[in-house]
Amino acid sequence: MARLNPAPLKDHLRETLLFNRRLIAGLFIAGGLVLVLVARLAQLQILEHDHYTTLSENNRVSIEPVAPTRGLIYDRNGVLLAQNLPSFRLEIVPEHVPDMEATLDRLRKLVRLDEADLARFRQTLKRKRRFEGVPLRFRLSDEEVARVSVHRHRLPGVFIRAELARHYPLGRLAAHAVGYVGRISEAELAGLSDNLRHCQAGAPPAEAAGLLRHVDEETLCELMAPSNYAGTWHMGKVGIERYYEYLLHGRVGYQKVETNAQGRVLKVLERTLPVPGRSLYLNLDVRLQRAAETAFGDHNGALVALEPRTGAVLALVSMPGYDPNRLVADYRRLTASPDRPLFNRAIQGQYPPGSTLKPFIALAGLELDMMQASDSILCPGYYLLKGDERRYRDWKKEGHGGVDMERAIVESCDVYFYDLALALGIDRIHDYLARFGFGRRTGIDLPGELPGLLPSREWKRRHHGLPWFPGETLITGIGQGFTLTTPLQLAEVTATLANGGRRLHPQLVRALADAEGVPEQTVPPRSAGEVGVRVPAHWQAVVRAMRRVVHSVHGTARGIGHNVGYAIAGKTGTAQVFGIKEDEEYVEEEIAKRLRDHALFIAFAPVEDPRIAVAVIVENGGSGGTVAAPVARAVMDAWLATEEGDVH
Amino acid sequence: MFTDTGSFVTETRISAGRRLLHRVHLDLPLLVGLLLLAATGLAVLYSAGERSGELVLRQLTRMTLGFGVLLVLAQVRPATLRRWAPWLYGAGLVLLLAVLVLGVVGKGAQRWLDLGLFTFQPSELMKLAVPMMIAWYLADNPLPPPRRRIAAASLFLLVPALLIAKQPDLGTALLVASAGFFVLFLAGLSWRFMGLLVVVLAVVATLLWVFPNPLLHDYQRQRILTFLHPENDPLGSGYHIIQSAIAIGSGGPYGKGWLNGTQSHLDFLPERSTDFIFSVFSEEFGFLGNLLLLAMYLFVIGRGALIAAEAQDTFSRLLAGSITFTFFVYVFVNIGMVSGLLPVVGLPLPLLSYGGTSLVTVMAGFGMLMSIRTHRRLIAT
Repeated sequence: MARLNPAPLKDHLRETLLFNRRLIAGLFIAGGLVLVLVARLAQLQILEHDHYTTLSENNRVSIEPVAPTRGLIYDRNGVLLAQNLPSFRLEIVPEHVPDMEATLDRLRKLVRLDEADLARFRQTLKRKRRFEGVPLRFRLSDEEVARVSVHRHRLPGVFIRAELARHYPLGRLAAHAVGYVGRISEAELAGLSDNLRHCQAGAPPAEAAGLLRHVDEETLCELMAPSNYAGTWHMGKVGIERYYEYLLHGRVGYQKVETNAQGRVLKVLERTLPVPGRSLYLNLDVRLQRAAETAFGDHNGALVALEPRTGAVLALVSMPGYDPNRLVADYRRLTASPDRPLFNRAIQGQYPPGSTLKPFIALAGLELDMMQASDSILCPGYYLLKGDERRYRDWKKEGHGGVDMERAIVESCDVYFYDLALALGIDRIHDYLARFGFGRRTGIDLPGELPGLLPSREWKRRHHGLPWFPGETLITGIGQGFTLTTPLQLAEVTATLANGGRRLHPQLVRALADAEGVPEQTVPPRSAGEVGVRVPAHWQAVVRAMRRVVHSVHGTARGIGHNVGYAIAGKTGTAQVFGIKEDEEYVEEEIAKRLRDHALFIAFAPVEDPRIAVAVIVENGGSGGTVAAPVARAVMDAWLATEEGDVH
Repeated sequence: MFTDTGSFVTETRISAGRRLLHRVHLDLPLLVGLLLLAATGLAVLYSAGERSGELVLRQLTRMTLGFGVLLVLAQVRPATLRRWAPWLYGAGLVLLLAVLVLGVVGKGAQRWLDLGLFTFQPSELMKLAVPMMIAWYLADNPLPPPRRRIAAASLFLLVPALLIAKQPDLGTALLVASAGFFVLFLAGLSWRFMGLLVVVLAVVATLLWVFPNPLLHDYQRQRILTFLHPENDPLGSGYHIIQSAIAIGSGGPYGKGWLNGTQSHLDFLPERSTDFIFSVFSEEFGFLGNLLLLAMYLFVIGRGALIAAEAQDTFSRLLAGSITFTFFVYVFVNIGMVSGLLPVVGLPLPLLSYGGTSLVTVMAGFGMLMSIRTHRRLIAT
């Protein structure tokens, strides 16, 4: 159409000029825009360069905590009780996961994930740091590792990390002494923060004060700070694992790593190695421990064996036990069981000492001049208290006849001790027994020890709002009534008796070692004071009586006195589970097993040079002499046969 | 033209070379500029693609194809191009409609037309057809054009632009519209009118933003929101912009060095071989490298402007100017978006970004510039 209507007015010069003006205007505008670009680039690359360099470095480099290797635990002969085995955990870095629910669904098909795992995962998710991995499962099986690896490309943000997991090669054996590790709970996490506060306030928390025997305060505070747990997911829950947690755990290390956008570590740029935890040698002897646990058979109960001279804990048994390696799987069953396998009876079980208290009452009587060992009384099988309707029965219905102190102990005459207790009075009984450590924690290096109970007038008024009645003094004299002791306490007072009044704190750890297990620092015995010996003959008399408990035809523990190459001093006991009315017959067979009396036995040997003191309680075992004493004998045999070589 | 007066051998050789180039209708400075950019592009691509020779080879193939198209178009006389203009435009329009009806859906947008052997984006064709059409329409009449012609030309521009925007491909629609607009601008569109246009566009944009409508897709709205506040969603839609700024900023004045960019090599930078390749370049070559790169682009643009200024007829002039400015828009929008000055609008950086279609279009444009430059009649001016 242009051709049909040619433009005669086309002025080439004018048009060219117009065009060139526009071209130049356009170029100016473009130039201005380029300057804007240059300014923007200068802003990013020159003015804000440092800022972006930091961001780029943060992108690229992340600092990862490296968990230290946990110290090992050995028995006194170097038998491994707790070790670390290579293991795999499943970890998720949420920032790299496009769809968390879909990923979890997918993972559920590949690995075993129960609700508890997921609940804990979600809980941990809330408090994690940016780009930190959150564990979903620990101890993956080889098959699970393989399955996840195969599907790795479909699981962005999911990682399998190699780690060392705690393993207890002996399983159930000594589980209550060694304890176990578990996932750090919210409460424990808060506890770590508390540690920091305590330390800043000037002193580590009382709970960990025992560790100050091995490290100085500053070091301890560093070891127990939350930052030291940056890469750690497990900590000791009970037992040695808990008590020595901060020494076993070690010191966290760090590594600077280069990661890509998917969070995969490409290379390690810098590394501060973690310091492995200290290894521990226990005083515990696996052979004694095994002998004791075997001797218990199906019975529930507890046993503590001490070395009187040093306070070393040679065996610490609480039955039933549990397999710490299967704790996660077994947990529900364990907590539901009426036998309470997770309950450490040795340090937390509080039982009436029963007749095992009698030697100590006798000693109190002698040392406080309330009687002579040769004084005798007539036992008719019961005791009558003035102004009291009740007949205080002897376990032997027909009575023991005339009994002096030795016979009273050997045959465990209750009437003799009713009389003696009344003569002593509760105040003297309380004060004298307190000197042995009754009613107070022994200070063993285990968490959660209970103190038992040593009643007094003052205690009764405070807790029951009532005055002390004379009848209560009587039954205190035979270890019934309010008095409660833990098996550990019984072992410790027995050791004190064997030691001639020298008290020592029971001690489970024998030596601290470096990570390779080379002992560095032996733990010296810790004195807990002296009971005080007024007349050594008094002590000898009580010990002589205890010896005859085992080695005489009338002794209540004569059953273990045969075929023994060393002399044993012991005392049987029975703790009532429920009260028997004064005129009721005690018929064992008619009582359901759980209501049967607990059988107790305390002993030390050899009498001349005591090397082992044992306290045993067999729950619902009935008679101390027939059920509890053989367990103690088995342990003493195991110790003295090996320790003394040819004594047996 | 060929004043071969020098007796020195070297000069003779240069002249011989020039003569050869002229015979194949190539403009040496423009060619050098383009080759420099292409070489830079391959080098950056090698780095962005994790030293993948395959990626570079594929891009090299495309570049060869692009230079082939350039070479072919350089042989076509401007008068022929002018004759083709309405036909090309008409065909483009038909194809655009065809895409709407039976286009292959790719990346959530209907852009491709499956031609059996290869897919073809008619919108790319329009990047050249629209300015050709408007230049053809305005060239025969005195400039500046009267309002009637401006209105008609605006229609030539708006219809394809809207069709492309509907695909939706905002980046290309923007380029097509600006290519057409540059012709009008160079033809002498009054400043007052352009001022009015700015106001109208601003009003329309506001309305589009405020009221839900089919022209502004959710993802486009999101891009703009992200552009304004990338930090609101640092791991989601703001991720591109933040990571790109980190790459550029951490490059600093001198860069981290070729193949040493951590942002790109550690996968933090998305789309690093395509739309965001400038970030890779920036991180590795720094501010200094950026200045050099911009200088190369400016050299090409300057040469294009010179070709437009020295073109001998209105059609050539308008077309050459429009192609040059459109090329600038490419560069400006891409770098602006990558450096966080502009919202993300999916435009490649010409000659550097990996990808074929737009490269061929850009090279075709330069082919026309070469043709315009080398087909001048030998009249003394």
